[in-house]
Order: sequence, then structure tokens, then C-alpha cells
Amino acid sequence: MHQMHGTGETGAVQPAIELRGIDKRFGAVHANKEIDLKVDKGTIHGIVGENGAGKSTLMSILYGFYQADAGTIHVDGKLCDIKGSEDAIAAGIGMVHQHFMLVETFSVLENVILGVEGGAVLRDGVDRAREELHRLEREYSLDIDPDAIVGDLSVGLQQRVEILKALFRGAEILILDEPTGVLTPQEADHLFRILETLKEQGKTVVLITHKLREIMAATDNVSVMRQGAMVAHRKTADTSPEELSELMVGRKVLLRLEKEQAQPKDTVLKVENLCVENAQGVRKVKNASFDIRAGEIVGIAGVSGNGQSELLEALGGIRAASEGVVELNGQDVTPGKGVDAAELRRRGVAHVPEDRHRMAMVTAFSAKEAAILGYEDDPAYQKGVFLDWHAISDATAKMMSEFDVRPDNPDLKAANFSGGNQQKLVLAREIMRDPELLLVGQPTRGVDIGAIEFIHKRIVAMRDAGKAVLLVSVELDEIMSLADRILVMCDGAIIGEVAASDANERVLGLMMAGVDPSEAKAVEGQS
Amino acid sequence: MSTTVQLPRWIDVGALPLLNLLLALVVSGLVVLAIGENPAEVVEILLYGAFGYEEAWGYTLYYTTNFIFTGLAFAVAFHCGLFNIGAEGQAYVGGLGVTLAALYLDFLPFPIMLVVGMLAAMIFGAAWAYIPAYLQARRGSHIVITTIMFNFIASSLMVYLLVNVLRPEGSMTPESEQIAENLRLPFIHDIAGALGIEMASSPLNLSFVYAILASVMVWLFIWHTRWGYAIRTVGANAVAATYAGIEPGRFIIIAMMISGALASFMALNEIMGVQHRLLIDFTAGYGFVGIAVALMGRNHPFGIFLAALLFGMLYQGGAELSFEIPTISNDMVVVIQGLVILFTGAMEHMFRPRVTKMYTAWRLRRDAQEAV
Repeated sequence: MHQMHGTGETGAVQPAIELRGIDKRFGAVHANKEIDLKVDKGTIHGIVGENGAGKSTLMSILYGFYQADAGTIHVDGKLCDIKGSEDAIAAGIGMVHQHFMLVETFSVLENVILGVEGGAVLRDGVDRAREELHRLEREYSLDIDPDAIVGDLSVGLQQRVEILKALFRGAEILILDEPTGVLTPQEADHLFRILETLKEQGKTVVLITHKLREIMAATDNVSVMRQGAMVAHRKTADTSPEELSELMVGRKVLLRLEKEQAQPKDTVLKVENLCVENAQGVRKVKNASFDIRAGEIVGIAGVSGNGQSELLEALGGIRAASEGVVELNGQDVTPGKGVDAAELRRRGVAHVPEDRHRMAMVTAFSAKEAAILGYEDDPAYQKGVFLDWHAISDATAKMMSEFDVRPDNPDLKAANFSGGNQQKLVLAREIMRDPELLLVGQPTRGVDIGAIEFIHKRIVAMRDAGKAVLLVSVELDEIMSLADRILVMCDGAIIGEVAASDANERVLGLMMAGVDPSEAKAVEGQS
Repeated sequence: MSTTVQLPRWIDVGALPLLNLLLALVVSGLVVLAIGENPAEVVEILLYGAFGYEEAWGYTLYYTTNFIFTGLAFAVAFHCGLFNIGAEGQAYVGGLGVTLAALYLDFLPFPIMLVVGMLAAMIFGAAWAYIPAYLQARRGSHIVITTIMFNFIASSLMVYLLVNVLRPEGSMTPESEQIAENLRLPFIHDIAGALGIEMASSPLNLSFVYAILASVMVWLFIWHTRWGYAIRTVGANAVAATYAGIEPGRFIIIAMMISGALASFMALNEIMGVQHRLLIDFTAGYGFVGIAVALMGRNHPFGIFLAALLFGMLYQGGAELSFEIPTISNDMVVVIQGLVILFTGAMEHMFRPRVTKMYTAWRLRRDAQEAV
């Protein structure tokens, strides 16, 4: 049925959502430029674009977080004035955010009724909600235990709770903002099956993503945004990833990095039986052993939350090891045993952490202050007992020009740079130190496609200069295109190693889900 | 991304505090009206009392000195993300340090004594701040709770010491002995007199110069040294500090000890400068007002100087006021001071959203016009 509507424009059926001339400015930034968009009822509609292209702004306007400066929103053909999320919910629009809005200590049921408890006495509402929830679960095959505590659920299931929340509020139109960022490929496939069911039941789905593979796999129609403008609408069947990426960036992009064969030399980092515990004393890294040689990139693949973060933090000297030994060029640098982040930096370990805002920089600082974080002891930055702000400013300007950080103003507050430019500044700070070992986590999270290419080239250039690189990323594409060897982590353990040349998404995906490597390959062989 | 434009500095640190101050004065004016006095006359007496004649200036700056020290003390801790409520206790214990040094090291010559007195205050004040700092850094006890408690402990400790240990035999008042004349900080009017300039006598003394120097030192320390950088990093983002190899606990302790030392300088003004003996409650709430001073001054030494001057003016002008207009009692003056603290300190951000909105609208219109 949906295919019939998919052909759209001449059809008599009203589109589920129609945006006309939506325009939005934030100060000097023109975030949305006269956007027109039609989403047909009962379809899955993808919206792609680089970070900062205005996708999230547009959806925030639709969901009532922002008000458009100009333009109108029509839902089911009716003009809607959406002033806040309540209006959006009343119009039948539901949103699943990138970062879940769930109370982790509450049960699934309690989370679902949050805000729509229905009366002062919780009990009646809860009973009614339980029935409704059962109906929704049956109808959309969203299996979930209503009494499970949300914090105990896997990320994929938490996302399902978010979807249930929206459906429970009567959503006919579901917006999902980058829904697969935290999922394994298998979980993502499952999500797409759920979306397919929703579509069959007549719901409309808007899928925001920057992953072209997902657009191709899951959507009926796709709209491309670039620099705040809607540049193209396509039927998914009539387009290709190459065309879409070209539309997104405005020029041809290398989707797969071309690099020489690695020439690994001496072992730089040797990790033996490393165990790391988190603040609650839960063992997050379990007996990890591996080594990294000069001139190679070792990638660590895994669903986020399986110990990669703790491993990276331990190797960066931030988190103490509870057991095991780490050696750098033959010297003991086991974290927590007298070696901290500052000492590791002195010994030539640079660290680009996974979480830019929380860890890699102080957003309240100016760019030049952020550009010396971790290196504030460098004699080049000192003048007597004081910091030499002139020298620091010059050094920052150099980082900015080398890594194309925009705007190239060392005095601008770090918070006022876009995510991609913040990341480039952090990478510049760490890479331009010319370290022996580069630890890098999620190097391109929230970064434009154009900049991704640049960052990948810089990382490969480090390798070619004979440095050792450890790459942690949840983007399998990134791991597969950059790494020379891939280690897969699941539940804190390194469960296998795959040479990059032998790696494919399915095998890695199965290993990430905890399937033994030999079995994973066998499964792959059968299919 | 937000819908707003960043406010320029002159609005952020200039216009907004002034607006708050103005509102505080308007509300104070209403209170004055309510008790049947003329607000205009009150303002006139207040200003005259604070700045109208030479002696008034001396008193105003003497109060200002205390506020600069306690304001700086709060600001340094605040840059490390710590809300140091304990300047009162730290200054009190710092006073003990000065007094002990003056009473037991009185054989030292004057210039050395100045330095020794200052060091004694610093060491005692910093030591008193060290304990809550240690508890925060290593045991996670919240600094607000511990510093409040340490104010009480300091208060009880000092009463005990003054009554049982430091009180000279035969005296009925809980005060220490007078410190020797050559160990007192010279009054500014005496210094001026020695230079042949006639000045009205006031309690203003050399510690005002200390206060100005301390302001410059704090500015240099916070924005131009590695430790200052580390302290600000810990205050703004402790996780990033750990990542950078800056151990937050270490800098929490350092910042608090510096804070305590700065607070203790207040004792220099009071004990070496004016009272010349240790007495009960000589800190008189300056430590607490320092919080408002620092917040109003945006934790910047220059802002703190201006805010301290404002509070010095309110203290001195207020005293004059209750003297000139009998219906305006001392309590009334406290009300006015309280309103200023309320509007400039506690409700600092009241106008911010609205002003930001207005400024944003204005900027957008201007940008649009320029585009045409």
C-alpha cells in the first residue's frame, strides 16, 4: 500500500507531513534555508546530510523544540502551529532521540507512562497502561518485559522502550534521530524490521542518519540536506550511495580510503592480562592481551559499552589497572602504578579520547587554552613562571591552519566551534606532538564527511611515519577502512583478532555479539 | 546550538550587575519610603557618608580592604569549582596566627615582623582550609558542608583560646594582650604625615596596599600560571583535567589553601592594622559578604575590587546613615545591604535571559540592516 503513496506527488492522498518554506537562523548561522519537505503517509523517509547540515534543527522545529522564523508545518494536510513538544505529541508526532530520555532506575512500564500517568493515583493509569502496552507489543512485535528495570536492558531494548513511549502517546509519525549509533549491525537490522512493521501498520517513519547503508537498506524515499538547504529528494530505489554522498558533500568523496600495505616494525605497546574496573568496581576489561607495533593501526571493534572506553582510558593513564602489565617500548607503564596521563604524554603517548565534550576539552575555555590541555607543562609554552600566551596563541594558530579548523581564531571560546572543528583541534593538539603511540577513540564522531576523509588520512599518515596507532571506534566502516588488524571486544574481553583484509561486517558483527570467532566464520560460511 | 547571541563583555560584567544594583536600590528606596523617610535624602547621606569627606574615604577603603581579601579568597576556590563558605573561619584562625606571631616573636624588627605576621596568618588560614580541602579531595565530603562546620569549630575554638589561654591575667574581657607598637601596620594617615601630607585620621592602613597587590597576584596566578590553568581546568571540567594529567584532588587542596591564606589576610587589616589585639568575632561576617563580593565581581580581581568598594561604601555610608537619621536604625542598614546581596549575588541571573533576548533581537536587526 505504501508503495502506491510513495509515488506521491500527483496522488490525492495527503502527505503525513508537509513542511513549506521552513526558515531558521541562529544569529549569523542560517541553519535551515526555506526547507520544503513532503513525507508520504505509511512510508519510511530518510533524511541524510553531514553534521551541521540542519537535519536536527529541522526535526527540532517539527517536534517543537525550536520555532521556525518562517514557513508552515502541515500534518495530514492540516496547518499545525507547533509551539512545544506537547503540540507535536497532540498532532501525532513522536520522537526517539539520539540520547535516550529514560529514567534508568524505573521499570519499562513506569518509563512509558512518564508524563501521562493519568490521575493522581498511579495504580489505575498503570493498569490501563499495561494493557495498552501488551496490545502495542503484539501489534508491532516489540517484545519487552514491562516490569524490567530500564537500566538493566541492553541499548537496543532501551531504544525499543523509547519507541513504545512514542506509540503509547498515540504517535502516527515517528522521528528517529541517528537511531543506530549505539547498536550492533544485528540490532540495527532488528530495528529496521520493527520500522518495517510500523510501516505496514500505516505509521510514518522519518529516519535521520548519516549512514548511507541504512538509508539504502531501510527507506522508501530519501531527502538530502546540505548546509541548511534541502538539495534533493529521491526515491531510494532510484539512487545510489555514491550519488547520495556526492549530494551531501557537494563533490565526489572517497568512501573507501586508499592506503599502502602496513610495514609493522618493533613492538611499541605490549598489554598483558590487563583488567580494568569502573568506578563501581565492576570489571569492564577482562584479561586483555595484545600488542601494537610501530607502523600499524590496530582497531578495536565492539558495541559501545563493552569495555573499549575503559581500555582506552587505562592505556591513556586515566584509569588504574586492577591487574596486568602494560609496557611501552619495554618499560613498565602500567596505569595506576605511578604512571599517570601526564607521565605517559612525556613518554610520547598521545590520546584523543572518545568523548570530546566530557574529556578532550574544556568548552568554557578559549581555543588556545583548550589547545594546551595536557601540554601546559611544555617549556615552549612557558616564560619564567608564567604561561607564554603569545607562544600559545601562535602554536594554536599553527594547529588551526594545519588541520583547517574554522574559524581560525585562537581566542574564540571552544564551545563556539562546531563539533567537527572541536575534534580537529583536539586531533591537531595530539597528532602535532608527533607521538610514538596515538590512542584515538571515535575520531570522527559528529564530524562532516569531508573532514572524516581528512582525519582518516592524517591517521594513516601517522602510521606511515612509523608510529603505532590504537583506534577504538563503533563505526565498523571506519575500523575496516583504517585498521590493519582488528580486535573485537565483547563484554570486556578481546574475543578475537581479524586481519583487516579478511574482515567483513557480518563476521565482525557476530563477534561483537559474543559469538566465538571460529563459529562466526562458520556461520558466515553457511550463509 | 542556541537561539541566542553571546553577550558582549560590557553587558556581561558591566550593565547586568549595574542593573541588579539599581533594582536593589529601588527596592531599598521603597522600604525607606515605607518607614516614612525620603529615599533621595537617604541616598545623599549614604553617598556623603561614604565619600563626602576625607575621613569617610578612609573608613570606606578600610572596609573595602576586608572585602577584597575575602572576595579574592572565594574567587580562587570558585575557579576550582569549590564553593568555599569558610572564609569567615579561615580569617578567624588566621587572626590567631598573626596574634601568636606578634605576641611570641615580638623580638623581631619591624620589617621582618611584617613578613612574619603575614606568613603566620597565611599558614594558619591555609591550614584551616586544608582540612575541608583534604576531606573533599580524598574522601568526597562536600566542601560547602565542611567549611560551614569549620566556621563553627573555629568560632568555638577561638572562644576557648581567648577565654582560657590568651586572656591576660586579671582582664575581664575575652581579648588577647595588645601587640607591641612596633609590630602594628602603619596607618595611611601616619605614612602620609611622615611624607608631609596632612590627612584625616582613619583606620585605613598598609594592608590596603597588600589588598591591591594581592588582587594583581591573584589575577596573574589564575590566568597566567600553569597552576592557575590547572585550577581552572579542574573547576570547569574535572574529567578533562584527569585526562590531561592534572590530578583534581591535588589542585582542590592547592586552591583551598590559597583561598584560606587570602581570607586570613583580612586578619592583617583587623589585627595588625586596627584592633592591635585578637578579639571575639573580629571577622564580623566579612567572610560571608565576600561571597557576594566575588559573585558580583564575576570572580575577577578587578570586578572584586569594584564590588568590594561598593560594599565598603554601604558599610561606611550605612553607619553614617543610622547616625544621621534616627528612624533608620542599624538594622535598616543591614536590610539595604541584604537587598544588595540578594539582587547582585543570589539573583545575579535574573535579568540575564531577558537582556540576552533583547540584545539578540537588536543584533539580528542590525545584521539584517547591514546585509541590506
